[in-house]
Amino acid sequence: MGAPAARPAPPDPKGSCHERPERAGGGRAVSLLSPAAERTAPAEPSAPSPGGAWRARLNRFDLKFSPYLLISPFFLIFLVFGAFPLVYTLWVALHDWGLSSGTRDWAGLGNFDYLVHDPDFWHAVVNTVGIFVLSTVPQLLLALGVAALLDRRMKASTFFRIGMVAPLVTSTAAVAIVFTQLFDRDFGLVNWLLGQLGAGAIDWQVSRGWSWAAISAMVDWRWTGYNALIFLAAMQAIPRDLYEAAAIDGASRIRQFWQITVPLLRPTIVFTVIISTIGGLQLFTEPVLFGVGSSNRMDGGSMHQFQTITMYMYDNAFGHDRYGYGAAIAWALFLLIIVFSLVNFLLIRRAGDAK
Amino acid sequence: MTTLPARRPRRPGRMRTLWDASPLTYVALVIALALSVFPIYWMIVVATRTNDVVSDVPPPMIPGGHLGENVRRLFDNPDAYFAKGLVNSAIVSGCVTVATVFFGSLAGFAFAKLRFRGRNALLLTIIATMMVPVQMGLIPLFMIMVKLGWQNHLQAVIVPFLITGFGVFMMRQYADQAVPDELIEAARVDGCSTFGIYWHVVLPALRPAAGVLGLLTFMQTWNDFMWPLAVLNPDNPTVQLSINNLANAYFKDYTLMFAGTTVAVLPLLVVFVLFGRQIIGGIMEGAVKA
Repeated sequence: MGAPAARPAPPDPKGSCHERPERAGGGRAVSLLSPAAERTAPAEPSAPSPGGAWRARLNRFDLKFSPYLLISPFFLIFLVFGAFPLVYTLWVALHDWGLSSGTRDWAGLGNFDYLVHDPDFWHAVVNTVGIFVLSTVPQLLLALGVAALLDRRMKASTFFRIGMVAPLVTSTAAVAIVFTQLFDRDFGLVNWLLGQLGAGAIDWQVSRGWSWAAISAMVDWRWTGYNALIFLAAMQAIPRDLYEAAAIDGASRIRQFWQITVPLLRPTIVFTVIISTIGGLQLFTEPVLFGVGSSNRMDGGSMHQFQTITMYMYDNAFGHDRYGYGAAIAWALFLLIIVFSLVNFLLIRRAGDAK
Repeated sequence: MTTLPARRPRRPGRMRTLWDASPLTYVALVIALALSVFPIYWMIVVATRTNDVVSDVPPPMIPGGHLGENVRRLFDNPDAYFAKGLVNSAIVSGCVTVATVFFGSLAGFAFAKLRFRGRNALLLTIIATMMVPVQMGLIPLFMIMVKLGWQNHLQAVIVPFLITGFGVFMMRQYADQAVPDELIEAARVDGCSTFGIYWHVVLPALRPAAGVLGLLTFMQTWNDFMWPLAVLNPDNPTVQLSINNLANAYFKDYTLMFAGTTVAVLPLLVVFVLFGRQIIGGIMEGAVKA
């Protein structure tokens, strides 16, 4: 690697160390060397004073503004495609807004008023919360259990870990299709298995509760391993002496788990619960694909039995050209997520303090 | 659990027995593993068989020999636009991944290693953006795309996602501890501009985290469903929309649909087999920092 030949020169004075054109190539080569080589690479002579002043100015400019330049792509994209839409949603929600009809009438709080009295909306809220509870609670409990298992010293631990997150690398749409077939009334493997056990077949798509269960199974399956790994990472940070001491005191493993592991995992549990809340309340892909065979798959079944809030929003906006009302639903969903996250947070904190 | 005898000098040995997995642990893990992998396996089984499979009792558990035929039907299907979906997904995921890693590492470097006014406030803003659900902006975002004339064009599913708050935050966390300040100072003294430092010093040091971020971004973009569904038409789909096209019209043709899901998942599975360890490392490391 060709470091530029050392020239007899005084060390570079601070403040004129921008990259000079004539040494751009050489500079690159130097920088690829190890840190040590980088540091010992001879400094270039500073240029004569007129150029030096110019370079010093350029350098000051670089020091002062480059940070902003480096972070600007994020803020540019975020302002246009993140922040603006967020605010604009509110504006749209205050109108009766149709894109294909060209309507754009001021509605004030009309959409929100309608929302509060809209039984279909509340129906979707109940569905969403039901699926959310069914998918989050077993998921996190299972994940805790799996993490506790993986935390043991064992052979082939990497193999097991990789196997647990395999569901994560499938696509949501693909999973939904596979599970929809597994839960098929006539030909599904789940009903076949139930039949083997002597139970009757379940019409998973038609019943409200069973459709929630089937959709929750998709979510559980996909995310349990991921959460287990997060819990595992936190468990491994717990000092083993604690367990040793507890064992000496005669605490069983189960007791150790509830008295040591779970309390120390509380911040991580809060994190996973909040992440699951944000994701769970926005559920969309799974129920949409679960509705195969129905005429409008945004309906979530013939009786809207598994229509989630996001599906209802999507259907209003893109299906029925009611963008204003759709935007109002989006705001309601956002509020719901905040409320749920807060409630979950407080519940977990309370549960921890009670111990 | 037996009570342990009073303190003995051989502590490491005792810890081993305490923490060693019991046979029961292995049994439970093997069951969990089977549950975790079975649906993927089942998908492949159905994709390699004929449609008789659905009525077979008991259901077949071994792959058949009809994969080629099913995949051919898949690509010949007039409603799925499957080949186009695959190409589109590759373009979209590739662009978004490269951009996210590049912009994320740029900004992450700035937040971790450079001093500037408003740094902390801006970083907090970025973290806050991670909390806002995507659905919130769906409708106005769609309106913007209509205004820009991007509806049904791939840039509609690329440009808004060129960089995420998560990408910036993750790179910042890593850069903070992976790049020593002295190294940056040395490079500065050596005549590197800020961007030069990024390119020659920071980026090479960030490579492991950049890899993980790239993998996660690729998987996420490949999987994206709702936004492409809203903004792209069925004849210009991403691969997930191709699957959705199939689900619309051919939901009783299981082997066709499962061939579709198998092909759609295949790139992810390849990525996973090659980089499974790194993905796990990324998830666990992120968890510790969160």
